[in-house]
Amino acid sequence: MTTLSDPPKGGFRLSMLINDTRYRSYTFQFIALIALIAAFGYLGSNLVANLKAAGLNISYRFLGEPAGYDINQRLIEYTSQSTHLRAAMVGALNTLLVAVVACFFATIIGVIVGVLRLSKNWLVNKLMGVYVEIFRNVPVLIWILIIMAVFVAVLPQPREFRGDDATASMVLGSFAFTGRGFYFPKPVFGPGSMIVVLTFIASLVGIWGYRRYAKQQLFDHGRMVSTLWPSIGLFFVPTILMFFIMGQPITLDYPALKGFNFQGGIYARNSFIALTFALSIYTAAFIAENVRAGILAISTGQTEAAASLGLRPGRIMNLVILPQALRVIIPPLISQYLNITKNSSLAIAVGYMDITGTLGGITLNQTGRAIETVLLLMAFYLIISLSISAVMNVYNNSVKLKER
Amino acid sequence: MKKSVFFGAMTVAALAAGAAAAGTLDDVKARGKLNCGVTTGLVGFAAPDANGEWQGFDVGVCRAVAAAVLGDPSAVEFVPTTGKTRFTALASGEIDMLARNTTWTFSRDVDLKFEFVGVNYYDGQGFMVPKALGVSSAKELDGATVCIQTGTTTELNLADYFRTNNISYEPVPIETNAEAQPLYLEGACDVYTTDASGLAATRAAFENPGDHVVLPEIISKEPLGPLVRHGDSEWGDVVRWSLNALIAAEELGVTSANIGEMSMAAGDNPEINRLLGTEGTLGEMLGLSADWAKNAIMAGGNYGEIFEKNIGENTPIGLGRGLNAQWTDGGLLYVPPFR
Amino acid sequence: MSDTNTTPVAFVRDAMLPEQAAPITAAGPLAWIKKNLFDGWFNSILTIVAIYFIYLIVSGAFPWFYNGVWTTDSLAECREILQGKTGGCFSVLTERWPQLLFGFKYPSEEYWRPTIAFFALFVAVAPVLFNKLPRKLLIVTAIFPFAAFWLIWGGSILVPIMVAVGLIVGYVVFTRLVYQSSAMGMIGGLVATVAVWMLSGYITDPLSGFLALEPVPSRDMGGFMLNFILGVTCVSLSLPLGILLALGRQSDMLIIKWICVVFIEFIRGVPLITLLFVANVVLGYFLPPGTNFDLILRVIIMITMFSAAYIAEVVRGGLAALPKGQAEAAGSLGLDYAQSMRLIILPQALKISIPGIVNVAVGLFKDTVLVSVISMFDLVGMIRGPILASTEWNGVYWELWLAAVLFFFPICYGISQYSQWLERQLATGHR
Repeated sequence: MTTLSDPPKGGFRLSMLINDTRYRSYTFQFIALIALIAAFGYLGSNLVANLKAAGLNISYRFLGEPAGYDINQRLIEYTSQSTHLRAAMVGALNTLLVAVVACFFATIIGVIVGVLRLSKNWLVNKLMGVYVEIFRNVPVLIWILIIMAVFVAVLPQPREFRGDDATASMVLGSFAFTGRGFYFPKPVFGPGSMIVVLTFIASLVGIWGYRRYAKQQLFDHGRMVSTLWPSIGLFFVPTILMFFIMGQPITLDYPALKGFNFQGGIYARNSFIALTFALSIYTAAFIAENVRAGILAISTGQTEAAASLGLRPGRIMNLVILPQALRVIIPPLISQYLNITKNSSLAIAVGYMDITGTLGGITLNQTGRAIETVLLLMAFYLIISLSISAVMNVYNNSVKLKER
Repeated sequence: MKKSVFFGAMTVAALAAGAAAAGTLDDVKARGKLNCGVTTGLVGFAAPDANGEWQGFDVGVCRAVAAAVLGDPSAVEFVPTTGKTRFTALASGEIDMLARNTTWTFSRDVDLKFEFVGVNYYDGQGFMVPKALGVSSAKELDGATVCIQTGTTTELNLADYFRTNNISYEPVPIETNAEAQPLYLEGACDVYTTDASGLAATRAAFENPGDHVVLPEIISKEPLGPLVRHGDSEWGDVVRWSLNALIAAEELGVTSANIGEMSMAAGDNPEINRLLGTEGTLGEMLGLSADWAKNAIMAGGNYGEIFEKNIGENTPIGLGRGLNAQWTDGGLLYVPPFR
Repeated sequence: MSDTNTTPVAFVRDAMLPEQAAPITAAGPLAWIKKNLFDGWFNSILTIVAIYFIYLIVSGAFPWFYNGVWTTDSLAECREILQGKTGGCFSVLTERWPQLLFGFKYPSEEYWRPTIAFFALFVAVAPVLFNKLPRKLLIVTAIFPFAAFWLIWGGSILVPIMVAVGLIVGYVVFTRLVYQSSAMGMIGGLVATVAVWMLSGYITDPLSGFLALEPVPSRDMGGFMLNFILGVTCVSLSLPLGILLALGRQSDMLIIKWICVVFIEFIRGVPLITLLFVANVVLGYFLPPGTNFDLILRVIIMITMFSAAYIAEVVRGGLAALPKGQAEAAGSLGLDYAQSMRLIILPQALKISIPGIVNVAVGLFKDTVLVSVISMFDLVGMIRGPILASTEWNGVYWELWLAAVLFFFPICYGISQYSQWLERQLATGHR
């Protein structure tokens, strides 16, 4: 707040530091700065004194030492002889994995529920309302614990698949849903599979190009070119053809019960699934509300105007409502993604080895380096959060209403 | 509630830095309470009962120290700690001693700057499996899913053991014993591993303990003992000799039943006399009253009595003395003489 | 048209016919069903799926509730009574009810104290939430924090009274000085308050037995009570802090602005659980040697900072929504910064931000269960720790978790409904 009055004539007096608005802000800032430095100095000197009294020091050397413990879910090479730093990286990747997967499912569930909440079907409408309210109003930690407990208690364990009178069996002979997690067939890429994958990527590019062409035709010549069936054709046909031409280089590795566990295939652990599922359905309840609010925010006049132009309902949704609703939906959506990432730190409640479990858990326990590990942990989350915020800002700027 | 911390926080501007760090012994005496770190709940070692009273073997040690220092076995504030928080709690002075089945290791002693004052339980890491699995040795566990209680040396021992025997396993880290139980019972883990005493305690809490066996392999040495901060030897001595007094009392045949009589007047055995303060000035040397050891022993009985009451063969946990018998009975308990 | 009546008419209706009931397919329950449930094949499928889903839940839950056992002493006895039938073992709730509510350390003969404080909370909060209630009730609101502190923690009643006296003296000094200069008022008020607090030590210490309730150390707090204490305390403490942060972030003063921005973004960027780790394992190193803060106090500090950052963002939104003209008008009246904020800007900005603040409060209340991760025995901590670990009750999950859900749901749902109601109330003002 600046004043526009003429500055008083005359020399500078000390009392102007507090009474004159031109200088007062400098006084305040100076005081704030001094207070800040004093506070940090105070905390720092306490830290030094405490560490000295305890004979400890701050050192990140432990990161280079062998961790000594095993981690069950590893996205990169890791053994118990790897370093603590490596363990932290394994944990960080696990955090990112669970966050990305949970964001994906949360969005899908959230959008479906959000749209269904606006459904004219009274029963579905109410049911979705109940779902949203129940999940939004109970702490996510409780949901994680409940889902883990239910998961372990309800699904059959590998031992029930064993023997002649097994009480459980695999679905389609290739999927096993057990209390320890889900086992899926894993694709094995043999020689020549690269070409199949390349073909697939090429056909995706082809679909994109074709759709672009169709749009061009529509805008330039007013001709409607069918896109659905050619797209589907492009998606499947070349890849499948190439798959057989190359002599079926991609095979599936089926899980099979050997010894104590299923072996082979992809193993999604119970902790991972419980955490992902809990985070997804918890956050989906919030996303559903955002989606609903976004759609409701578009005034009915828009729909009516679009209809009066002769657009069909599907096109009204695609061309008029959604582009505008997205502007409202996406910012809160991204902050929900941020929440998922942060909430994924609750993984320790179910023993999922994310970065809070490795760096902030076992490494902290084993080395006793509390300050160092907690600082690293915070830095990691901070970097993720700030990156997501940066993305959000870029998006917000790009969709900002251009006022002229 | 004088100078309550809350009031203190409200007047935080006025709050001068606390008194310069005096010795822990003086602090405890001034406070009139011993802050003792224990587990958040392991039946037999430290767990609150239905009335909220802490019970257990480690709790017995805390009470003995409190009785020795303050003359009152109930003057203890039990601070539940997890594997993660226990060392910080001790290092930052939140607790005066830690009696939380903590393994005495080199790095904890040297690098983390703690002082282990003795061993109150000689333990070792073992495995528990359901009988139905038909496993008789840990070497047969190739490919098994193993539930581990984290925050202890357990996961390190486990990794080493499976590595040296070249067998694979799937670790499932669990924060607390209470959470490991359902996972193991429902079959989400084939094996549960922690200290053998912990296994016995866990198994005792099962509905059908007979359906589970503890495998014969003990894969590590786990000397569990109370610890204090480095650099405060006086306090370390107090805790060490309070523990030693309990063990010596058993060796010398002093029990909570006969201690009243024995401490009335000096008897024939000079070591008992010195222990109970009827002769010599051991208590004064420690900076305690002459009857410190008597109070410690009266708190819950001698080592053997505490053992039998909390984890002995007649309790649901049912641990034998094994290594924890007196050296005269072939165990490892051997305290330096009281003289 | 004059001769229309000349020819006689055969029949003239001179009374209205009674209305006929609408056809059964257009009104009444059947029509409602058709319109709302079976309107087109897609809707019909949705309805059938939904009905099946509800059937699954009800058929699973009903026998469980119906056969529920409420009076046994252990899970084993429950199983004996149920004989293999489906049924809940709710006796864990009846037997451990006080522990779920108050934790296992709070002295049982003192349970009435937190209970009174709990119900008093509603009386104290009501005038803040509902404008229509008589303003006199605000006195209860002002007294409540001190009374609740005294009830829950016990000790001499003089302690909270002296704290209140300090605040009142500080306020009086503030109002005297504020007409000279806002800054003088602030500083003078602060100094007066602190001085009274320091002096009060000489009164409360010797009279510590005066009207004293049995003191209960905060370490003994537990169960749902702990969640409640943390939630209420932290929200109320973080409100002023959050407003200050928001003002700082809007300020022209660069240094202050950046301090606030860094603080807010830092706190919002890390999960609460890492802040709780800080409270639990790191904060001790940053305090002067020899001071020993309670864990609960350290946790309150951290959670307060956490929610203050979020509230600051909400308030900032409220400030941003105010037209610039308000500030300019205030300036043109000759009000200085503090006056225009206090009298013009903040009352309006806060009014807009109330729904957002309430949402932050709900989120914070839910987040208090995270303290169970750092070995505090709140509701979730009690369930995961002492109750499930006990020999009698290990294996009872559904009943306990259902109870946990039922503890949180009504409160959070109530608050969020209130927030929506308030939003509608506020919205009418702008039409």
